[in-house]
Amino acid sequence: MKTLTFSGALCEALHEEMERDESVFVMGEDVITHGGPYKVTDGIAERFPERIFETPIAEAGIVGLGVGAAMAGMSPVVEIMYMDFVTCAMDEVVNQAAKMRYMTGGQASVPMVIRLPCGVGRLLAAQHSQIMESWFMHVPGLQVVVPSTPSDAKGLLKSAVRSPDPVLFFEYKRIYTSKGEVPDGEHIVPIGKADISREGEDATVVAIGPMVQKSLEAAVLLEDDGYDVEVVDVRSLSPLDTETICESVNRTGHAVVCGEDSSFAGAVSEIAAMIGENCFDSLKAPVTRIGSPHVPMPFSAELAKHVVPEVANVTEAVNRVMA
Amino acid sequence: MALSPELCKKMYKDMWRIRLFEEEAHRQTSLGSVVGALHMYCGEEAVAVGVCGNLRDDDYVLGTHRSHGHCIAKGAKPSEMMAELFGKSTGTCAGKGGSMHIADFSLNMLGANGIVGAGIGPATGAALASKMRGTDQVSVCFFGDGAAARGTFHEGIGFGALWKLPVIYVCENNQYQQWVPRSNVAVLDSVADMAGSYAIPGISIDGQDIVEVYEVVGQAVERARNGGGPTLVEAKTYRFHGHSLGDEEQYRSSDEVDSWKNDRDPITLFHTVMAHKAWLTEEEDAAIQDEAKTEITDAVKFAEESPYPTAVDVTTDVLAPEQEVA
Ligand SMILES: Cc1ncc(C[n+]2csc(CCOP(=O)(O)OP(=O)(O)O)c2C)c(N)n1
Ligand SMILES: [Mg+2]
Repeated sequence: MKTLTFSGALCEALHEEMERDESVFVMGEDVITHGGPYKVTDGIAERFPERIFETPIAEAGIVGLGVGAAMAGMSPVVEIMYMDFVTCAMDEVVNQAAKMRYMTGGQASVPMVIRLPCGVGRLLAAQHSQIMESWFMHVPGLQVVVPSTPSDAKGLLKSAVRSPDPVLFFEYKRIYTSKGEVPDGEHIVPIGKADISREGEDATVVAIGPMVQKSLEAAVLLEDDGYDVEVVDVRSLSPLDTETICESVNRTGHAVVCGEDSSFAGAVSEIAAMIGENCFDSLKAPVTRIGSPHVPMPFSAELAKHVVPEVANVTEAVNRVMA
Repeated sequence: MALSPELCKKMYKDMWRIRLFEEEAHRQTSLGSVVGALHMYCGEEAVAVGVCGNLRDDDYVLGTHRSHGHCIAKGAKPSEMMAELFGKSTGTCAGKGGSMHIADFSLNMLGANGIVGAGIGPATGAALASKMRGTDQVSVCFFGDGAAARGTFHEGIGFGALWKLPVIYVCENNQYQQWVPRSNVAVLDSVADMAGSYAIPGISIDGQDIVEVYEVVGQAVERARNGGGPTLVEAKTYRFHGHSLGDEEQYRSSDEVDSWKNDRDPITLFHTVMAHKAWLTEEEDAAIQDEAKTEITDAVKFAEESPYPTAVDVTTDVLAPEQEVA
């Protein structure tokens, strides 16, 4: 074990996977200079100079080449500098990467990881702050993962690299510098498995990405209100670990689902609907969603503070379902 | 339009207004009043000012992530722009856009843009609108050398060329795309050479020389207004500061930066030209710089004294207010 930042853990996973498997390579804008925009690709150019490509500003090209290289036996890990720009490569993601295996009757495999730095970081407004996990959850053939801790970041990235199918790997920019214990060497977190971050008996908070940490903080505050809150870190949005989530909700009888993205037609909505369908008999109150309002991310800090959900939104929601 | 002493003085002043706006905005980031990204335009002023010197108020301009200069050159008020950077409700975009999204539709400045290459299609579309409505307005799209790799560049210019639309594509080739030298990620050194693929004129010019920028773009604007179709103008230039805030600039030498600053500063170069023609006295020069300074100081004061937007503003402007369908 050692303490690493979230980006340091991702970087370690990449180094280890590139060492393990010669088919793994990295491609993206500015990934060599300064160790990459988020230092996730730091040191790779020195160790594996033949397997890292700094690209032109051409997202459709980056993802398109990734699809082809993957079908031809390589394992590309591509970085889209801000997830917002993956919209410039939607054909490559949705019509190409996602559909290949199915359309070819199982002949094609697209073992590609698309790394998507997302969410608010510095205030960069509407075109540099999006999340949109649900866009990709909606597309069959894609896997969507969202680590919230450095340890899971490493373990999930290693699984993603080894997956035979495309993985959309969401990295919330604002937790890149957060620190945590990370196991050395081979540390695998399977895709499709949620994690119970904190056990509790009274209510289940199902959280995505940075909302996990905020929910854990909320859980401590809620002890004062007399509530023993369980926090489930979804970790994978597609496939979704319905079993772990439902087992928890069936035990507590209360569910709050929270993410940073807009809750309207968002990832939290799918999870809430799934809980409603599967846990109806044990629920003592309606499932509640927490997310941002259905607006583009404003620039001004005075506006943005009303958009991104914080700890108080979680405590309030738990109090509401428990009332 | 021939370059008159009056126009030169105006352009010279606009260059100073941009330079000082940028330096002040940068200072404000260190004070914490301005947050987010700041892609400074210092070093490239001759391009925005030389291009916009040819434009009418009703001509369209679209920009990039590095567009403070384009906005000021098109006539946007530094006070409202500074307020936008401060996230205030009096900003050009009511605090919703910030540095990368400054727009002023009263000047047909249709917006800076956070997405590289995203202005090219819309600029071409505005030109299509001019043509359909039978006006003689032109569109100008500024974009960086990095944008020339995007599909939007090829698709947008393809349409402009195909339908002979009144649009001038202005590539600001500052030789870097964030932290990567153009030579590492592009086969052609010159973006202007790409014009041949669309059978439109492509002209490479010295972007530090405002007289050349003004004259070459002037011809392109005239052609566009008269139905001659688009031109791709590549202005070779250089940014004096890092890509955005906090750039460690390991990818270029300080010697390189210094030599551009010392020998190729577009403001100094223009000053030399004007002094040579005896179009600018020392007193006039001092007065121009003083006025520009005062304007920027006032802009900060305006920004500081302006109110922040509030919670109710979060949900407005997503869609137009509800209206009865007539
Ligand atoms: C589609 C897209 N990809 C990547 C980025 C991130 N990005 C912002 S500016 C920039 C470099 C742009 O270089 P260039 O077009 O030459 O403009 P310059 O910054 O040099 O003025 C990059 C990669 C972006 N904003 N949009
Ligand atoms: Mg450039």
